[in-house]
Amino acid sequence: MGIEQIIFIVLSAIAIAAALGVILSKNPVNSVLCMITCFVAIAGHYIMLNAQFLFVVHLIVYTGAIMVLFLFVLMMMNLNAEIEPQKRNWLKYAGAISGGALLLVLVAALREASLPAIQTSSASDIGLISNLGKTLFTSYVVPFELSSVLFLSAMVGAVVIGKK
Amino acid sequence: MPVQYYIFLSIALFCIGIMGVLMRRNAIIIFMCIELMLNAVNLLLVAFSKMWVDAGRIDAASAQLFVFFVMVVAAAEVSVGLAIIVMMYRNTHSVDINILSRLKN
Repeated sequence: MGIEQIIFIVLSAIAIAAALGVILSKNPVNSVLCMITCFVAIAGHYIMLNAQFLFVVHLIVYTGAIMVLFLFVLMMMNLNAEIEPQKRNWLKYAGAISGGALLLVLVAALREASLPAIQTSSASDIGLISNLGKTLFTSYVVPFELSSVLFLSAMVGAVVIGKK
Repeated sequence: MPVQYYIFLSIALFCIGIMGVLMRRNAIIIFMCIELMLNAVNLLLVAFSKMWVDAGRIDAASAQLFVFFVMVVAAAEVSVGLAIIVMMYRNTHSVDINILSRLKN
């Protein structure tokens, strides 16, 4: 077993354990901290897959901005485990069973798929910022400009909703 | 390494996200589980991008740009969604989504 597989297994175990911590912990602040751990593990996967630009963007945008925003909102609302709303038990079991059934179906459907393998030893420069920037500004200019409009409208919307 | 490993990891993260949406009543946790599902899809797109690069395709950068756009949309969605949750908390002093069922009348 190579070093890449060991790193993959460790990162996957951290990611899945942290994701389970998100949905199982009673305290919302612990959920956000578990989520940050999960995102850092996913960022490790990105760098294992030669996606250096996405690694940096993922750390900055998700871990640095989005989760801190979540944490900020949670601290502002002063939520804790005592006032955490609880679902009835059978609804929780129903949710867990339906999620597990989906997991089972997807794994069974994709177990036999024949796809090319990933060569973890070969490094490619496809995830570098120059390569991605060239593709972004040649093939994907229109979506890029549209996303700037989306950002502007989201910003205006958040300010308008928050001001009331 | 077979790409199936990444497929199974993404499926596991996605299903954990779905379980979280179905099991919890805190609106913020549900929102975070949606982020988790988006990240599972992102991870799978990056894995497929690497797979096609290794198989000799030169246009595999598109998958990484899709991930970039998903991140853009997720950031916009989070800002508006958290503003809505904050407004809901201000009006009802709770983040319980069952309270939102009052909206139907």
